[in-house]
Amino acid sequence: MHSIPGRRVIMALFLIFLLLPIYWLVNMSFKTNSEIVSTMTLWPHTPTLQHYKRIFTDESWYSGYINSLEYVVLNTIISITVALPAAYAFSRYRFLGDKHLFFWLLSNRMAPAAVYALPFFNLYSAIGLFDTPWAVALAHCIFNVPLAVWILEGFVSGVPREIDETAFLDGYSFPRFFVKILIPLIASGIGVAAFFCFMFSWVELLLARTLTSVQAKPIAAIMTRTVSAAGMDWGLLAAAGVLTIIPGALVIWFVRNYIARGFALGRV
Amino acid sequence: MDKTINQKAWFLVLPVFLVVAFSAVIPLMTVVNYSMQDTFGNNQFFWNGVGWFKELLDPSTDLGGRFLASLGRNLFFSLVILAIEVPLGIVIALSMPREGWTVAACLVILALPLLIPWNVVGTIWQIFGRPDIGLLGYTLNSLGINYNYVSNEIDAWVTVIVMDVWHWTSLVALLCYAGLKSIPDAYYQAAQIDGASRWAVFTAIQLPKMNRVLLIAVLLRFMDSFMIYTEPFVVTGGGPGNSTTFVSIELVKIALGQFDLGKAAALSLVYNLIILIVCWVFYTVMTNAGVERKTQAEKEPAAELKPAGALQPAHALQPKEGVA
Repeated sequence: MHSIPGRRVIMALFLIFLLLPIYWLVNMSFKTNSEIVSTMTLWPHTPTLQHYKRIFTDESWYSGYINSLEYVVLNTIISITVALPAAYAFSRYRFLGDKHLFFWLLSNRMAPAAVYALPFFNLYSAIGLFDTPWAVALAHCIFNVPLAVWILEGFVSGVPREIDETAFLDGYSFPRFFVKILIPLIASGIGVAAFFCFMFSWVELLLARTLTSVQAKPIAAIMTRTVSAAGMDWGLLAAAGVLTIIPGALVIWFVRNYIARGFALGRV
Repeated sequence: MDKTINQKAWFLVLPVFLVVAFSAVIPLMTVVNYSMQDTFGNNQFFWNGVGWFKELLDPSTDLGGRFLASLGRNLFFSLVILAIEVPLGIVIALSMPREGWTVAACLVILALPLLIPWNVVGTIWQIFGRPDIGLLGYTLNSLGINYNYVSNEIDAWVTVIVMDVWHWTSLVALLCYAGLKSIPDAYYQAAQIDGASRWAVFTAIQLPKMNRVLLIAVLLRFMDSFMIYTEPFVVTGGGPGNSTTFVSIELVKIALGQFDLGKAAALSLVYNLIILIVCWVFYTVMTNAGVERKTQAEKEPAAELKPAGALQPAHALQPKEGVA
């Protein structure tokens, strides 16, 4: 009963609005450059895979994807590892300054990346991490660690406290309880948190671009370089764009019920 | 379920504290340091006290003029975004199908724009809006509307706003949908017995129940649109002229373009302060919501497994799928 008249039409129109620009990108990636520039066609008349072929064979292109994946995976692992114990602590205990710490984490999640771009550049240059995946992975922790803490805290709170108590009575040490009992119980939560860490690290450009120059250049930065170059290769740009959408599109089905939760910091 | 007081919990929080402190406190200290100094290159710094801050807040200087103009543009942008996305999001949430496979299909398509890298969102709209090769630009121009986001300020604004609506309305819709799902059927049955109109159901039941998620949605959208950088940067590069230069774009220009460390640092601090204030509001709302959640959970113990408003209990997602 929570619906309004004409809902099917509204929904259909909105979904078309969402899909049309994406369709255009996909459409463009299968066209030849001469077709893109010379004619306006609603679907590729001479479909071609040349742009995708170029990306998968040209090292300056595919290395961008590998670099991106490298720091994204590193960041996800770091974030989840440090966030797990903290999520447990926030869920189970009260301790000195817990509320302030929580707020401090939130304020970092919300801090504009532009503010940190320059100091990060100096910091990571000073400790010799500039232009490595580690620099970007650590920089992205600033927003991903708080996020992971929140999402996991929600899931840990869903585990009844009696389980902890029983395990400790049975003689489990804390680390053993953590690995053998708690982690399997909140495995789906870890999956969701990992997904969001992956996603937010994957979509971020400003920090990733600022902290890398040659060796660890992410795909996003390689794309912007192509945009500014004279004589634009639209088909190639579109193909590269399509390839960056794929990781999200692949796992979206499994996390569809958690999207709102992840974006609202586990608070919905 | 009162939490026990245990100071040893700090050991569990310590890793998080160290990682975030490394990425947040040290850089912030450098920012504070720079904001008080001036440099003529060669790593020679001069004490400048609060000079940059004075300049920043004085519209007659170059720095102050640029900052305040971009701040004004950014606030206007955020307000327009909220005015469009929140009502539209509610309408979309109310238009969700009731059951069946279409629910999942709609959720997946709605979520799609949220998971696209931000610069690719910019690229998509750049391509989509171009008058020569984009479907939107081409159609508008052949309809006789002279549309060109590269040279016309209004067109650039419209493009950036439509792009943001495209990108983020789904988030508002998904949050509202989560709120709507948590309304028990009994409420609707009672309304039906009372012969309430659709509008009455909306204002008396649905809107109050969505209150909390709506607040979170508004704050999230405000924050994100207030620090928007990548999408407009890719589409318009801040132009034409300075017409779509938002605070983040201005900041990056000063910091990484001109390497004006002092000015950039002062701007960063003021910018951060604004964010911090909004954050505090957000935190208060969230904590109050948490209290509400707890009292609800106490009332009905069965609801404890499901945090209020969660779309499905945690076990609905199989571990294997989650890791994928």
